[in-house]
Amino acid sequence: MTDDVTQIPIDAGSIDAPLLQIDAVVKRFGGFTAVDGPSLEIRRGEFFALLGPSGCGKTTLLRMLAGFETPDAGRILLNGRDIAGVPPHQRPVNMMFQNYALFPHLSVRDNIAFGLKRASLPRAEIASRVAEMVALVKLEGMERRKPDQLSGGQRQRVALARALARRPQLLLLDEPLAALDKKLRENTQSELMRLQRQLGMTFIIVTHDQEEAMMMADRIGVMESGRLEQVATPRQLYEAPKSRWVAEFVGGVNIIEGDVESRDGGRMIIATHDAGQVTAAAPAQPLTKDRVCIAIRPEKVRLSRRAPAPDADHRAAINRLEGIVTGVSYLGGQTDYQVRLDGGAVLRASVANTARLDVDAYHVTQRVVAWFASDDCVVLEP
Amino acid sequence: MSGRRLFAGPARRAAVAPLLWMLLFFLLPFGFVLKISLSHTVIAQPPYLPVFDLTAGVAAIKAAFAALSLENFRLLISDDLYVLSYLRSVTVALIATAILIAIGYPIAYGMSRLPRRWQPIAMMLVIVPFWTSFLIRIYAWINILQHDGLLNKVLLALHVVSAPVVWLSTDTAMYLGIVYSYLPFMILPLYATLAKMDSSLLEAAADLGSSRLQAFWLVTFPLSLPGIAAGALLCFIPIVGEFVIPDLLAGSDSPMIGQTLWLEFFTNRDWPVASAIATVLLVLLVAPLLVYDRLQRRQLEARR
Repeated sequence: MTDDVTQIPIDAGSIDAPLLQIDAVVKRFGGFTAVDGPSLEIRRGEFFALLGPSGCGKTTLLRMLAGFETPDAGRILLNGRDIAGVPPHQRPVNMMFQNYALFPHLSVRDNIAFGLKRASLPRAEIASRVAEMVALVKLEGMERRKPDQLSGGQRQRVALARALARRPQLLLLDEPLAALDKKLRENTQSELMRLQRQLGMTFIIVTHDQEEAMMMADRIGVMESGRLEQVATPRQLYEAPKSRWVAEFVGGVNIIEGDVESRDGGRMIIATHDAGQVTAAAPAQPLTKDRVCIAIRPEKVRLSRRAPAPDADHRAAINRLEGIVTGVSYLGGQTDYQVRLDGGAVLRASVANTARLDVDAYHVTQRVVAWFASDDCVVLEP
Repeated sequence: MSGRRLFAGPARRAAVAPLLWMLLFFLLPFGFVLKISLSHTVIAQPPYLPVFDLTAGVAAIKAAFAALSLENFRLLISDDLYVLSYLRSVTVALIATAILIAIGYPIAYGMSRLPRRWQPIAMMLVIVPFWTSFLIRIYAWINILQHDGLLNKVLLALHVVSAPVVWLSTDTAMYLGIVYSYLPFMILPLYATLAKMDSSLLEAAADLGSSRLQAFWLVTFPLSLPGIAAGALLCFIPIVGEFVIPDLLAGSDSPMIGQTLWLEFFTNRDWPVASAIATVLLVLLVAPLLVYDRLQRRQLEARR
């Protein structure tokens, strides 16, 4: 791998100012509002993921950054300059398309050189940059092939090389890995991260795959119905979701509904509808209503045959709910249990299989105690 | 590997069907024409000799074979009339095809850019003239182009010309008729190619710094070349052999090969020479087809 690619200049603007500012951008298609006023700042050198279900507006937002759609309201600032009126071919931004959009009549070399030729670079410069890009994505020896003589993974790499060749300030990736099989996708994810760090470039990736977003991105913006539900690091997003929707969209979660009964410093006691009384850490932001829901990740629910001694692990054992195992799914690294609590609620508990022999396994109809710490509960508005 | 399996069993038997069709309706009749082209003309029924009579015995058939000659083909080369007719036909077909591309491409391009729901309507508008008989449409053109026809009336009313212009029996009228008649054959394959083109390719071109015009020349146009080739062949080949349009609309001084053939066959009742003309014409037309086939095969191989 050549190291000289790392010297790609990161251009212009002061270092502190964000590279990209999205300011209350709106896009409507007929009566349908695809993007409904999200605001967002993206730092130079950041790997940012826009995550959301299909139809949430993430691709439309990306296409506005590329210039394929014009916002109906709001501003998009790149290096402090409004680029709303700048046509796509004049933006210092490049996009990698979901279907790759490789030119079928051009060879790998000519596909990669396409953008460089439009920039009227000298021939020698074009040749050296193409060679650099070919080496970067490890396509040596394939330069003369046409796109339909390449495998899916190779095409993906040509598309990436073509988008990187112009050394854009911002690279947009629209579901770049959706067409690859699982194994190849995982390899490519780490490859993309390596490239992004090596080039020091700013990447914005659109994906509906939360694992992909969490693995690659520094920060994730979760979108729903054209709005940004939450912008946070992967850890924050998972451990401190801002809303019930985010909690349910990112990872598995148990949701228990109830009413706040009493508050005591950092703790609150909640009378749940179908799981008895639960003690939870009070949220940082005050709640507006007494009706709440509690979100607990399945791996934070622990199981045992009888109630753990309160003094053994007081903090963790504060919530003890009894029930019956109604489902067992063995998944290799972990086993997922479904426990129907005596109150009627069904809890999911993920237990890591730390031992090869099934000493800790539970079977269906077995009575168990599900227990979890108050700090592991996230109290949200329902 | 899988290709061979694809053509096994019933599929292979079905593949024989087009070959059988070719044999029955093309090769066999062509054999007759070829045989007549090697005969010589007589005033008789049929108007040529030798005649193969399978009941006359081996010796007679041998004699008939011996009587065949290339005399008619020698005539085709030696007489200017035929060479000029061929040249004229190919020239007219080339010019007409060029005009057809120049007119058909923008129309097909425009159709492919229409909103989806308008495209079938545009397609209908291209096809609808076919519902009227070809001959009637050409006669209608005679009506429009004649001395006191619609075109001259309009031009006079608009004071574009001061006296009626002679349109009929000119090359202009002939090209008008040919382009008018063959335009759909150019538009449809072009439209098919342009309409299925992935619009994200144009976005990619724009993203990589191309203006709209550059994107057209660098992406759309090269990708539509197969459509241009298909349309050009679909027009060029029948135009070379065209008889009706030049006969009704063009002047009589330099006939196209179809007209010369007609003349030999019906006026001179010289079946052998007419057959020789048809044979040479076929060979001339097969050449561009083979070139096209080669190009397509190369493209397919490149795809593998």
